[in-house]
Amino acid sequence: MITKRIIPCLDVRDGRVVKGVNFGGLRDVSSPVELAKFYSNNGADELVFYDITASSDGRKLFTDILCETAANVFIPLTVGGGINAVADFDRVLKCGADKVSVNSGAIRNPDLIYEAAKLYGDQCVVLSVDIKRVDGVFRVFAKGGRENTGMEAIEWIRRCADNGAGEIVVNSIDTDGVKGGFDLPMLQAVCDAVSVPVIASGGAGGIQDFITLFQTLPKVDAGLAASIFHFGEVKIPDLKAEMARANIPTRI
Amino acid sequence: MIAIVDYGVGNLFSLKSSLAAIGAETVVTADPAVLRSADKILLPGVGAFGDAAQKLRSTKLDSLLRELAASGKPLMGICLGMQLLFEKSYEYGEHQGLGLIPGAVRPIADVIAKELKIPHIGWNALHIQKENPLLRYVREGDCVYFVHSYYAADCADAVIATAEYGAELTAAVSKGNVYGCQFHPEKSGDVGLAILRAFAEL
Repeated sequence: MITKRIIPCLDVRDGRVVKGVNFGGLRDVSSPVELAKFYSNNGADELVFYDITASSDGRKLFTDILCETAANVFIPLTVGGGINAVADFDRVLKCGADKVSVNSGAIRNPDLIYEAAKLYGDQCVVLSVDIKRVDGVFRVFAKGGRENTGMEAIEWIRRCADNGAGEIVVNSIDTDGVKGGFDLPMLQAVCDAVSVPVIASGGAGGIQDFITLFQTLPKVDAGLAASIFHFGEVKIPDLKAEMARANIPTRI
Repeated sequence: MIAIVDYGVGNLFSLKSSLAAIGAETVVTADPAVLRSADKILLPGVGAFGDAAQKLRSTKLDSLLRELAASGKPLMGICLGMQLLFEKSYEYGEHQGLGLIPGAVRPIADVIAKELKIPHIGWNALHIQKENPLLRYVREGDCVYFVHSYYAADCADAVIATAEYGAELTAAVSKGNVYGCQFHPEKSGDVGLAILRAFAEL
């Protein structure tokens, strides 16, 4: 049986890992390569690198960091941030990425997912969505959660899955940084809409939040978090031991 | 020296890096002379079976790989590279493989329940079916990383490990000096590196 995945997310800017709380107030944490090695040796099932660099210099730095990481870390790597064209897929896949996550790039160019899936396969294309409730409706936000696109989120996710997105990262802006648990109602709505793997993101504050996630929503495939891992508030080996104890399929 | 067969299929960066990490010397090549002089051969591959088999034929690497296998050199296929070792595949039609191991590659969808997602992607436990030097460092239940929609069937004699995903799917095979892994050892953490080390030590 496929195990539930635990995925630390590394936001990288100018070659360093940072983490936003509600997408603001960035703090420098550590070296991406060292952090990736640490996680790989301590039970992470996959790593996500989000490039939040704006400049082309920063982008080059990111690509170099990615290559160095992929040369030293032998678990699946997903890369997101600044993915706007098929050429960007090519750029990061050549550096050893296994999957590529698109967010704003797919909003600007809805054909991107279809084009990339045709070239690299569905399993390579991850749709990442930042979602926030606005007047009780799930809305897709763009630009790192700053801009309401007005699109209804579930419909958007369904459309992207139909176009070839092989996996969906659901990032709830409502719960992100709050550490009060994952956004279960939002995740439930996504799980009901698509049959591809769903990754929960935003809101994890402790081990119990992951247990609750996988027990309440068995269709969720993975839990993603950043700061609670980076600052050692949740140690992945402890988390996975607890998951195994709760009879959740886990890679130990 | 381990030669990684370069036939324009997939990205070899991770495979090369993982072999470097266990201290194995590698060369990525399609040169027959280099392949003949190598101690061991790795056949990688991602994508569609038909395209990959066609590339092997058009470059005449198919007959060379059969020659190398017959010479007794250890040869291992990974993912699609493993599937290519078999006689044929039913991925979008019917395609001939290298025929180094009896069996056929069929859609996973034929044997598992509809609720299960395709591809079979993620970390899954290995169930060891037969002792084999390739698995000398692997313990029953160790997890490795899979990404595939087709699986090797009709090959019971060659199966050395399986993974359970609605059915017992072929995970690793061996016939004499020919080996195959359906999963990606280069993405399977320490367990994957240990399998590559076992191959390097053959």
